[in-house]
Amino acid sequence: MAKIIVMSSGKGGVGKTTSSAAFGTGLALKGYKTCIIDFDVGLRNLDIIMGCERRVVFDFINVIHGDARLNQALIKDKRVENLFILPTSQTRDKEALTREGVGHVLEDLRRDFDYVICDSPAGIERGALMALYFADHAIIVTNPEVSSVRDSDRMLGVIQAKSHRAENNLEPVREHLLITRYDPARVERGEMLKLADVQELLAIPLLGVIPESPAVLRASNIGVPVVLDEQSNAGLAYSDAVARFLGESVEHRFLKASRKGLLDRLIRRIA
Amino acid sequence: MNILQFFRTERRPSHAAAAAKERLQIVLAHERASRDAPEFLPQLQHELLAVIKKYVTIDDDKVGVKLQREHTCSILEVNVELPFAAPPRRARAGT
Repeated sequence: MAKIIVMSSGKGGVGKTTSSAAFGTGLALKGYKTCIIDFDVGLRNLDIIMGCERRVVFDFINVIHGDARLNQALIKDKRVENLFILPTSQTRDKEALTREGVGHVLEDLRRDFDYVICDSPAGIERGALMALYFADHAIIVTNPEVSSVRDSDRMLGVIQAKSHRAENNLEPVREHLLITRYDPARVERGEMLKLADVQELLAIPLLGVIPESPAVLRASNIGVPVVLDEQSNAGLAYSDAVARFLGESVEHRFLKASRKGLLDRLIRRIA
Repeated sequence: MNILQFFRTERRPSHAAAAAKERLQIVLAHERASRDAPEFLPQLQHELLAVIKKYVTIDDDKVGVKLQREHTCSILEVNVELPFAAPPRRARAGT
């Protein structure tokens, strides 16, 4: 029976899809059969981040409507064993997501997979509500920035009130904080909320801190989840977060600014 | 920029992050309080407003209803802002 994880944030552009791709790939690398579902109907993007945009034939909405079978729509990743992507429709709107339809698809996936990651759209409209409804775990993606922290808090309230677990008085959805685009140098200059501040404000367990990194854009340019870039801090931070999710105790890293030499500084000042 | 500025490596520390934290603490506390409020609160506010309006003309947004939960009891706080600033006429007549 798969665990269902929603990747949520409220605010857009904080890194939900990047994190879904990286986290899902990380779980598959650890040997767990994982499916990542794009819930952003009409604004499909998981496929292009994962580099399988040219392999989409059928999608999530086709499966919900019975126009295609689940295994016709699932795209098997070519790089990582055990990894599948369920793309969404680019032409339909979010009303196409019905609770029954989503429930049936997730029920089928639960039987075959170890983890299902629901990549939520931004906002608190239907798409986001459907992505979180069946969740066992919620990973809240937050940037150290006021609007993102506020929206994350709001999202936590929605998860605590409107998920299937909340509505049926079951054990609550397990919440995890994933901070992305963390810039230790700016934190040290007092320009950016520090990790401890965000933790104190949101008060949920910390899963990981992904440093601001050029590797993220590089990875999306070529359609490779950043976790596969083992040279990058962001990639390593994602694999650490996956390990923590699986119960391993891994120390947080990349929380301090790297000390630059005089030459670096001069070059930066001149540039 | 002069030579000194060019070589000065430490910039003045910013207080921006501290301001962000403080503002967030306030807004989150406020939003959490209204999130945890019971569902009947808006209806209660609406009906209270209707009753008050029978006697005084007031704006819709001049009534605040807040529920605070303490350890052993809850406090329902109702704030009504009346339009007249001066003391009632009768009190003034005595002077």
